[in-house]
Amino acid sequence: MSDTHAQSVAFVRDTEIPASPPPVAQTGAVRWMRENLFSTWVNALLTVAALYAIYLIGVAILPWLINGVWTTPSLTACREVLQGKVGGCFSVLTERWNQLLFGFTYPSDQYWRPGIAFLLLFAAAAPVMFFKLPRKLLIITALYPFVAYYLIWGGTILTPVFALLGFVAGYAAYARLVKGSFALGIFAAVAVAALTWWIGGMITDAVAPAQPWLEEVPSRDMGGFMLNMILGVTCLSLSIPLGILLALGRQSNLPLIKAVCVVFIEFIRGVPLITLLFVANVVLAYFLPPGTSFDLILRVIIMITLFASAYIAEVIRGGLAALPKGQYEAGDSLGLDYPQAMRLIILPQALKISIPGIVNIAVGLFKDTTLVSVISMFDLVGMIRGPILASAEWNGVYWELFGFAALLFFVVCYGISKYSQWLERQLSTGHR
Amino acid sequence: MAEAHMKVSDEVAISIRKMNKWYGAFHVLRDIDLTVNRGERIVICGPSGSGKSTLIRCINALEEHQKGTIEVDGITLSSDIKNIDKIRREVGMCFQHFNLFPHLTILENCTLAPIWVRKEPKREAEKTAMHFLEKVRIPDQANKYPGQLSGGQQQRVAIARSLCMKPRIMLFDEPTSALDPEMIKEVLDTMIELAEEGMTMLCVTHEMGFARQVANRVIFMDQGQIVEQNEPEEFFSNPKSDRTKLFLSQILGH
Repeated sequence: MSDTHAQSVAFVRDTEIPASPPPVAQTGAVRWMRENLFSTWVNALLTVAALYAIYLIGVAILPWLINGVWTTPSLTACREVLQGKVGGCFSVLTERWNQLLFGFTYPSDQYWRPGIAFLLLFAAAAPVMFFKLPRKLLIITALYPFVAYYLIWGGTILTPVFALLGFVAGYAAYARLVKGSFALGIFAAVAVAALTWWIGGMITDAVAPAQPWLEEVPSRDMGGFMLNMILGVTCLSLSIPLGILLALGRQSNLPLIKAVCVVFIEFIRGVPLITLLFVANVVLAYFLPPGTSFDLILRVIIMITLFASAYIAEVIRGGLAALPKGQYEAGDSLGLDYPQAMRLIILPQALKISIPGIVNIAVGLFKDTTLVSVISMFDLVGMIRGPILASAEWNGVYWELFGFAALLFFVVCYGISKYSQWLERQLSTGHR
Repeated sequence: MAEAHMKVSDEVAISIRKMNKWYGAFHVLRDIDLTVNRGERIVICGPSGSGKSTLIRCINALEEHQKGTIEVDGITLSSDIKNIDKIRREVGMCFQHFNLFPHLTILENCTLAPIWVRKEPKREAEKTAMHFLEKVRIPDQANKYPGQLSGGQQQRVAIARSLCMKPRIMLFDEPTSALDPEMIKEVLDTMIELAEEGMTMLCVTHEMGFARQVANRVIFMDQGQIVEQNEPEEFFSNPKSDRTKLFLSQILGH
């Protein structure tokens, strides 16, 4: 006893303790189960109960899936095949497959066009999503909206070409004049782009061929999951940049800009999306000069974009607020100007912090595109509730149809969520 | 003493005349008059809240002053953003909490401003950056992120990052206050080297050993005013004002 005491009072280490690896973790399935599933009798009970619940669900669903009928033309035919057995009438999916995907008025011989546009979407999204890809690939992303528009809507190719030219001309004007003053550059860009579109519109009207290469499909013929994808992708890709601008505007030192952003954000957040969609559908027409036809899809895109951007702006504002003031000061003291400091230092960090919030809104936005069914647009849910369930053949098939809709949305939303987790891991630097 | 080759020229680098600053109604800086010649190494000390940090932050316009003039390298500091950017290009700054950019590697931290502000080609900026990283003795960390470095290493990177902009004046705002005692020396060594090369430096610091060794002038501030300034020998051995004596007895007393 006295020995230990003596040691703890005065002690000099004369040998180094060599570093050793941590004890090898004991592995094995049995051990894992004992630790995680049966560690106490309460846990064991819960495990057994959970297994029983899984069994009950399996018993209910598996026969429905396995006995499913995929080839009958109607619900009555399907019931005849089943002869009272439990089974899903999945033939509604095969029989109405094209309607579910493209709506019921999109010309059926043109389905390949949205199909190609969908495939190209992956090529266009990849350079944005995976920043390790060469930056030159972004040109695909930049061209994609015009190509996709041409593919899906068709008509004369002059429309997307002049739309693109307008952007190019506007950018050229901006690049030339921005050195003088930023505001001058922006105004010149807007003016030049508008001029190009005006002239382009006149030329298009004058020389458009009666028989374009791709048959023109009007907006009211868009439907099915294609419509959800159009709305989701367009609104999301527009609302993130708009949200960033709003968040920066809300932090601005200029009272006017700040006030506009605050009022906009607070107003949009205070109004239900459904209300905005009804406004888009009905009320907006009163404000437009008579005779102008303002595309319904475009109106809906504007409303959903504004709606989502207000929420994204608030999420990003949270990210901006989380950055220490020192980051702004370091940027300033190195002589970076405001756009440089934002683009190179502040936003990369603020956006990284905001990823979970932005993804939350992205997923919500994508699911909210189904709300357009209440303003009589036939998106996936609109198709199911309207033309399919109302038809004599398929009246009464709920589980199969809504289950299919849920599955489609789940695949996309889960993909977004997985991507965001990967992105967060990619962007994490250092140990903090 | 390295005093012999640390020459001070007659050329004025910074000239502050009757400068005043308020935070709301609170008068933080009162009638500051200060002339710094090229090559001078000035240490500013004083109790916390005396306005010493605010003073040097006014010099590169991180803080706005409300009255009086500040002239840096002959450029008068006004609210004109172009003038401010011009001055910031000439003046480097190191912060108490380093303020490295955590999302960029050490090398990218150092090349960012030269590439975007000075429009240097990337290759050249990287060469300069490696040169200065070697100078602060951490070239082997160039591809790590700030979060992986120790505090002392981060502060040396911050110094290298400022030097990459080839500033003619360096401001240090308590560069060692957030560091463990073991790491203070490595940062001070870097600063001493910089001083020996003739860099014009203004340091807010409580490292009195550093002040004795490097400074050619020590300024004591209290309640927003310059209370006393003198050569370091004289300042430490023979302080004139009571407040200076009290301050020195408090920080040197233990």
